[in-house]
Amino acid sequence: MDKEKFNIVVFSGDLDKVLAAFILATTSASMGMEVNMFFTFWGLNVLRKKKLTSGRNILQKMMNFMNMGGADRLPLSKFNMLGLGPMMMKIMMKQSKIPSIEEFVRMSKDLGVKMIACTTTFSFMGFQKDDFIDGIDDFAGAATFLQLVREGKISYFI
Amino acid sequence: MKADVTLDCFGLLCPMPIISTSQKIKELKIGQILEVTATDEGIKADLPAWCKATGQEFLGVEEKNGEFFAYVRKVKE
Repeated sequence: MDKEKFNIVVFSGDLDKVLAAFILATTSASMGMEVNMFFTFWGLNVLRKKKLTSGRNILQKMMNFMNMGGADRLPLSKFNMLGLGPMMMKIMMKQSKIPSIEEFVRMSKDLGVKMIACTTTFSFMGFQKDDFIDGIDDFAGAATFLQLVREGKISYFI
Repeated sequence: MKADVTLDCFGLLCPMPIISTSQKIKELKIGQILEVTATDEGIKADLPAWCKATGQEFLGVEEKNGEFFAYVRKVKE
């Protein structure tokens, strides 16, 4: 029998929201579901390498400089306070033994979670594949995700 | 309850006890009992839910001084 599918669009690049997405992804994978995470827009920052900037033209380069990538550089959706909020949050997560987002990415890979990166955001932001960490399973667009949703048991947008 | 294998999840918060359980259960043989020890109260509801989803048998949970001892029998691979 095919496994039940759990699909998540990770649109947000906020630490707190991405954490929620990964908690659900890893748990559902542990519950025997097939999990697909579709990273788009700000969500792609989770999978970006830490680089000064990227992009093909000046606007993209400026945008990607402001919109820093890297799983350990995500802002908070509230109380970001120029990075003080996430700094405090990361210490609190450590104190409570909650894995960091980087650890959640690795754990998700180990549990067989499929990670899909949105090609539209790619072109739009001027990203190259080498701006991203290894282990992305697929580069695809909305139709791919919608087909997963059609076959899916649960689908979320975070 | 007597368990064949114990998984220590003291101090871990949701979802780590469940993720660890799903990994640990792979090491057991069919019929063996896994004990999951935890301090996060979520285990009381989460482990039965996990068992329901995966088809393993939930045997119960005991609470002693804020510590939880939950038991699962492996009934399938």
